[in-house]
Amino acid sequence: MTARVGVITFPGSLDDHDAARAVTRAGGVAVPLWHGERDLRGVDAVVLPGGFSYGDYLRCGAIARFAPVMAELVPAARAGLPVLGICNGFQILCEAHLLPGALTRNSGLRFISREVKIRIQNAITPWTSHYAPGQEVTLVLKSGEGAYAADSATLSALQAGGQVLACYAGASPNGSAADIAGICSESGSIAGLMPHPEHAIDALTGPGDDGLGFFTSAVRALASA
Amino acid sequence: MMARNPAAPAAQGTPAQDTVAHAAATPDRRQPHAELGLTGAEYKRITEVLGRRPTDAELAIYSVMWSEHCSYKSSRAHLRQFADKAPPTGALLAGIGQNAGVVDIGQGYAVTFKIESHNHPSYVEPFQGAATGVGGIVRDILAMGARPVAVMDALRFGPADAPDTRRVLPGVVGGISFYGNCLGLPNIGGELAFDRCYAGNPLVNALCVGVMRHADLKLAAATGPGNQVVLLGARTGPDGIGGASVLASASFAAGGKSKRPSVQVGDPFMEKLLVECCLELYAAGLVVGIQDLGAAGVACATTELAAGGGTGMRVRLDSVPLRDSSLGPAEILMSESQERMMAIVPPAGLERFMAICAKWDVQATVIGDVTGTGRLEMTWHGELVVDIPPGSAADQGPVYLRPVQRPAGQDAVAADDPARLARPGTGQELRSALLALLAAPDAADKSWVTGQYDRFVRGNTVLAMPQDAGLIRVDEQTGLGVALAVDGNGRHCLLDPYAGTQLALAEAYRNVAATGARPLAVTNCLNFGSPEDPAVMWQFTEAVRGLADACLALGVPVTGGNVSFYNQTADTAIHPTPVVGVLGVHDDVRKRLSIGFARPGCRVVLLGRSGAELGGSLWAQVVHGHIGGRPPAVDLDAERALAAVLAASAGRGLLDAAHDLSDGGLAIALAECCLAGGQGAAVQLSSGQLPPDPFAQLFGESAARAVVAVRPGAEAEFAALCESCGVPAMVLGQTGGASLEVTGSFAIPLDELAAAHRGTLPALFG
Repeated sequence: MTARVGVITFPGSLDDHDAARAVTRAGGVAVPLWHGERDLRGVDAVVLPGGFSYGDYLRCGAIARFAPVMAELVPAARAGLPVLGICNGFQILCEAHLLPGALTRNSGLRFISREVKIRIQNAITPWTSHYAPGQEVTLVLKSGEGAYAADSATLSALQAGGQVLACYAGASPNGSAADIAGICSESGSIAGLMPHPEHAIDALTGPGDDGLGFFTSAVRALASA
Repeated sequence: MMARNPAAPAAQGTPAQDTVAHAAATPDRRQPHAELGLTGAEYKRITEVLGRRPTDAELAIYSVMWSEHCSYKSSRAHLRQFADKAPPTGALLAGIGQNAGVVDIGQGYAVTFKIESHNHPSYVEPFQGAATGVGGIVRDILAMGARPVAVMDALRFGPADAPDTRRVLPGVVGGISFYGNCLGLPNIGGELAFDRCYAGNPLVNALCVGVMRHADLKLAAATGPGNQVVLLGARTGPDGIGGASVLASASFAAGGKSKRPSVQVGDPFMEKLLVECCLELYAAGLVVGIQDLGAAGVACATTELAAGGGTGMRVRLDSVPLRDSSLGPAEILMSESQERMMAIVPPAGLERFMAICAKWDVQATVIGDVTGTGRLEMTWHGELVVDIPPGSAADQGPVYLRPVQRPAGQDAVAADDPARLARPGTGQELRSALLALLAAPDAADKSWVTGQYDRFVRGNTVLAMPQDAGLIRVDEQTGLGVALAVDGNGRHCLLDPYAGTQLALAEAYRNVAATGARPLAVTNCLNFGSPEDPAVMWQFTEAVRGLADACLALGVPVTGGNVSFYNQTADTAIHPTPVVGVLGVHDDVRKRLSIGFARPGCRVVLLGRSGAELGGSLWAQVVHGHIGGRPPAVDLDAERALAAVLAASAGRGLLDAAHDLSDGGLAIALAECCLAGGQGAAVQLSSGQLPPDPFAQLFGESAARAVVAVRPGAEAEFAALCESCGVPAMVLGQTGGASLEVTGSFAIPLDELAAAHRGTLPALFG
């Protein structure tokens, strides 16, 4: 069977088309989900795409967590539905308390848009099984509030439990704690990633195709499930 | 206290609002036309059009619609040349006069693109001024029925190290970053230049391009009597009301509270919703006409829609949703609140229209209907306050032939040839000159700016800065795409506005061609000083004549544009700075050419004819602070031939890289190729085809040139192609190594080039 991966569109979501394209390119079926509907349409996994949900005029992701679709997503994710939040999606997952910590203003106080290299730390999640542990991949970072922050106990727990999904290779561009680029839940099924894998699926329009692995990981894991 | 409640008792027999009936009954009432920027003759003409004095609301409409900004009264007579001299083309689906020109790019696709200035607001409030500039041009593109797919911006500031530039530049860049990123449009390129003349007058020109199917084209016309007029988007507030406060204070002198104009504030989130909402409304076939609200707000949208439709329109101004309930009719008409559109909707589709707006959380309100009266009528709580022929405000504004006088100093500037300037001679001196130019703010790496712009969103950006042009994929299956470049050069235009404007067009045309695209159409943003200065008017007329002539010669029509006058501080005008945008079509973006030398062993070839042309050059400006002499010679046949070679080479896969030559000549172009691709190059200058002086060979700015890297094995085919097109091709050397070497003169390691190039803007702006 072909994996059906939902992509939620919130008001102000911007990278929903890109995420859907990446799912398709990875061999899955992209299913559009609407913020206002309490319906996950029976999908096998969900991507929360990048953007500025509700303009991000309050805290990033703070309003999106109250969207009707989240009322379905949160229990489903807790029950094991694989969920990937990219950039604004990561911020929403933190606001919804599906992932610990928060994303804060970049240390340089400016929006950063550029290619960035990250190192995969945990390669046994549904979103990273395509990669080798320690593999360095080039994605796209584009955010104004991408610095991961958490208290030291949480950071220690993340590191001890293998929940650091990926780190920036080299100096953190935005002041992230422990150079964290992405984290995951204890089971690994819920993942948040600040850089954008969906912008790195084709050398024609991005830095290369390193990012496709996040989507092929999920599509293959679900197809074989 | 509601001082302007229409129900408030009328004082001394004067109604709360100046109605049409009241205006007819009080012909001698003094009105503040001069304070609103209308001359006595213009005011008299309004009374003749109406057969009575205008009401306050009507005066508000005419004052904004007949302003320079909306009516093009000083430029219109000259801009006709763009139509009169338009080259024959089958590609134009909609042209000048629409919100933006629309060009057929094949496979059933059309693109629409336009560049517009937001200079003055960006000086007063850099962040919001630049942000709302992006928002405005995006709505222009949306109003044509297209999905906006990319933005660009051409920016000019005072000296890079001036204190005020540190206020204005980061604000402008921050505003563009904030609005464009949040709106989800990739920023794919533009310009950044510095000169003393822009110190009190930064130029912020924003371009947007959109894509649609042919059948999706929308026009600004209120047709079909009985159709509904719907205002959608943000509520109306007292934003950007300058003139209306004059009117208000004059009309309500006794007891009226003062109304300060407030800065327009952009809400990119609302704009994103408006974009998606409008596109869904178009797809559902619910819109027969649409217009964005920009300058002059409701006044402009209603008069242009009504004039475009021709049958008449009735509007209830009290139905306009307000953010400030104290606004009166004149203020509502003139408000420049952002993120609003006005649509003409058949009654049968109104319910579905409203449902789609509700889905996107976009407020939509019926404020009137299309009529058969031929008039534009507006009421305020049932009383008629506007009754005008809409064309008189929209299309038939005053047209002036301002006095034109060639500046007295023009000959002296031309005679001040840069030949007198001290030149570098030794290899060491040439080396230093290259590093100095590469580090000059005008030529330095722009990542400090472009690193704040999202160029990746939507996943169709094939080329973006620092490439010669932006390139956007339109169709994922066929690889069809569009390339866009914007260029201007105030130095060249100061020396000779006719030739300088042609050079700006030629550079943008060449930049588009350097990606392998075929240039197709032109937009322009004409930034000048005061049209009331005959010397400025001479610059303007020469620039327009030059652009129209060159567009004809190159076979690329002007599809629309924008004029920005009054860019001056006291008596000192900016350099004449026409900024020209060229759009090209790329048959297969997978075959695009980039500027980077990416692999070793490619033959480096210089295309075009080189002369010792240094008038208005980057070198003269950076090293000597000199602007004089003649700008480089214009050779449009050579530009066409060069573009043909580049397009054919891309199609046949002969080249590994291509980069146009402009500011800083061959030296800067080679350095940029090496830095972009990470490969060095070794080149030899001595040849009969170049001027004898190595300095002029390296830094001369002759037009119609490009440097290319030929794929190994394709040398003979490429040479034959150049010969068949009549393009001189001179072999310079080879790519490879870790330095840029001019054999027998100097070598610079790439690390040293990179440090010089990349350090400047971060050092200046943090």
